[in-house]
Formats: sequence, C-alpha cells, structure tokens
Amino acid sequence: MATDQVTAAFAKSLGLPESDITEHLAYGSIKEWDSTAHMVLIAELEDVFDVMLDTDDIIDMSSVAKAREILRKYDIKC
Amino acid sequence: MNLIEQPPYGLSHNEKAPRLLHELKALTEHHRQACPAYARVLSAEGQWESSDANDLAQLPWLTVPLFKQRELRSIPDDAVFKVLTSSGTTGSVPSRIFLDNDTAKRQSQVLVRIMQEWLGKQRRPMLIWDHPSVIQNRASFSARGAGIQGLSFLGRHHTYALHDDMTLNLEAIRTFHKRFAGTPVFMFGFTFMVWRYGLQALQAQEIHLPFEDAVLLHSGGWKKLEAEAVSARIFNETARNQLGNLSVHNFYGMVEQVGSIFVACEHGHLHCPSYADILVREPGSWRVLPHQQAGVLQVLSVLPTSYPGHSLLTEDRGRILGEDDCPCGRTGKYFEALGRMAKVEARGCSDTFENAGGSQ
Ligand SMILES: [Zn+2]
Repeated sequence: MATDQVTAAFAKSLGLPESDITEHLAYGSIKEWDSTAHMVLIAELEDVFDVMLDTDDIIDMSSVAKAREILRKYDIKC
Repeated sequence: MNLIEQPPYGLSHNEKAPRLLHELKALTEHHRQACPAYARVLSAEGQWESSDANDLAQLPWLTVPLFKQRELRSIPDDAVFKVLTSSGTTGSVPSRIFLDNDTAKRQSQVLVRIMQEWLGKQRRPMLIWDHPSVIQNRASFSARGAGIQGLSFLGRHHTYALHDDMTLNLEAIRTFHKRFAGTPVFMFGFTFMVWRYGLQALQAQEIHLPFEDAVLLHSGGWKKLEAEAVSARIFNETARNQLGNLSVHNFYGMVEQVGSIFVACEHGHLHCPSYADILVREPGSWRVLPHQQAGVLQVLSVLPTSYPGHSLLTEDRGRILGEDDCPCGRTGKYFEALGRMAKVEARGCSDTFENAGGSQ
C-alpha cells in the first residue's frame, strides 16, 4: 500500500521505527530529522516514487502530512 | 507585507527602504529584550536607541569578532536547533551562531528563493569543485564544508571534482560530463579552489569538457587571485574555454548571516536581495559613505531572530556601485567586494567594541 511506502521511507531515512512516524511529525522537531536527514529523505522519496522533486518541494516538506500533499501534486497516490 | 515573502530582486528603493527599516528596528528590539549580552553592548555604546532610528545608518551594529568573544543568542538552551561555527584562521576561537528551527527554516527558504533566480527551480546535477572529505570529516566541519552542505540540497547526483590531495578526479569529472553534458548542470566551489585546482589544472592538462548549459556559482574573495593578476574576466573566460557554455556568478556571504547571500549578476555586480542590504562605512569615523566610495561593508539581514546578527560590521572592504539601476534590470543596491581590511583598520574597529562591551 502506498501509504505505508511514505511511512517506510520516513522511518528508513530518519532511522526511526515506523510507529514513530505520525502525520504531524515536523521537520526540525526531533534531532533525527535535521537538514542532513532531510536530504536522505528526499532522495529516498524520489527513489521509491520515481519522481523528481524541485527546490520548492524540499523547502515545503515540513511534515509527514505535507510530504503526502507534495507527492499527490505529482499524481502519486499516498 | 513582510520582506521575506517578496521575490528576491523586485523591490525598488521606495518599496524596500521603509519596510527594511521597520523590520530591522523590530529585530533590534527583539534581541535587546531576548539577549542580555547584546543589550549590554548596546547600552555600553550609549548613543544607540533603535526606536528613534529613522534610517538604516542609525541602527546599531555588532562586529563579527564579537561572536567569537561572547555567546550571543536570543533563545533558551532547549530551542537551539543547530550551532554554526566558523574558525577563520587556525587556532583562533570560532564564531558560534545559534539557530533555532525558525531561523534555520527562514535561511533555507531565502537561500532557495535567491538561488532559483540563477538556477531555476529544478535541482540540477551538481559538480562540486572540492574534495569529498571536506564534508565527511565532521570533526573539522569547516566553513567550507558548511557552505557545500548548505548548497547541496539545490542539486542532485553530487559529484566531487577533486581528490583528497587536490588533484583533478578526472574519472569522476568525465563520468559526470558524459552523463550530463547536454542537460542543465550546477557547479559550485570556492573561488580560489575552482581557479587553482580546477580551471588551471584543466588548462595545464589541455582538457576541454564542454557542457551545454552550466551555472557555476563560486564564493570567496578575489584577493588571492588578484595577486596572480586573475580578474573576473579572465576567470570567466578560462571557465568557458575549459567547460563550455557556463554562466559564472560569484557570491558574497558569511556564516554569521547564512541565507542572505549577495550574488553577482552577468555584469559582475553583487546584488542585495529584498531580505538584505549593505552599508559602507569609513574606518575610524564609522560614518556611512556615499555610493562609489570604498570602505568597510556592513551587512543587514531580516532573517536572524535566534541570534543578534541582523546588523553586522564585516572585516571586508567594498563599495556600493548603484541602486535600482543595474543594466541587468534587477532592483536593489549593487556593490563590489574589495577583500579584507588591513589588519590595523580591523584591530581599530574591534577595539571600539571590546571597550564598548567591557563593562559587563
Ligand atoms: Zn546586475
């Protein structure tokens, strides 16, 4: 299921268990999601969903919910 | 309207100046309340009452070395998201710049907005004119490493052009060229490194790797290059000879004001974005000099709320060339940087503030 793919990508990139990945989890709110992890996350999402994210997307991706919103813009169901 | 929401090069003087003054006065008050060390410096200096400043020249400023001497921050311990350090010369105490989540976020937003002007929104394949350990060695995470890391998120397929011993990594460069020569690419490096270990090395080995659409952004002063009589024109011509269709842009910025960078346009003029500004002061008297006259650069930025770095006297010289009338069409002040101040001038200027802040 696509929903799980987003959660799994976050868990893998941030090095956290999937149970910690809530929709409201926000960039910078935990030490695991810093600017370095953010780039790992972007690369992972691009890889999993075969999409090219632009610089606006990277800046806008401030939470898990926001990540889904951005991916949906590219017609990805998640 | 807040300046941070504006496009980077679209405001005229009349639109920008009152807004900038308003935001910088508010920041001065904010930091005066939130950072006791900053408040002490201001009160020791006496004449600074930002509430009655009616132009930018009257706003208080700090000198850059003060961030080495004192812990200047306007946020509590638990709000610190990241600490940037710049060591400058070996053995000296590093500057420490305290960022919270909001300030870090604003820095990235503004950096992206400025860079989109020169690179577009796409993340281009990125060739970095440096060696990879500059970023891997976390223990000595230098200003250079931080600069590379800060810009990396604008690119993809990051490729380092140099080996650890600073020789060309020809295999990596050729692979990058083969794959991306026909597509838009982004190159980045520090001016001296790009010149000495990149362009000169390519030239000496007569290697030509033409790219069809590349943007080369490089930061750092021209001083070392001027000693070798290398002007911006020679630098750019050499870059195009070796690497094809390149647009080359120098930029000026500092660790103390990450995000607020000044990028040179196609005419070689460093442009102030909507979020930042420049004043030029005469060493000694510290009065603001008119356009065209060279002095010490003061940089203003609306970004920092977590540390009092919104108005800083740098140790660099420069002069303002004009405002709103650059032939490239971008609005705002434009200027040139003229390298570091002479040691004696620099010492005079930090003495002023050591004395000013000495009563704590
Ligand atoms: Zn211009």
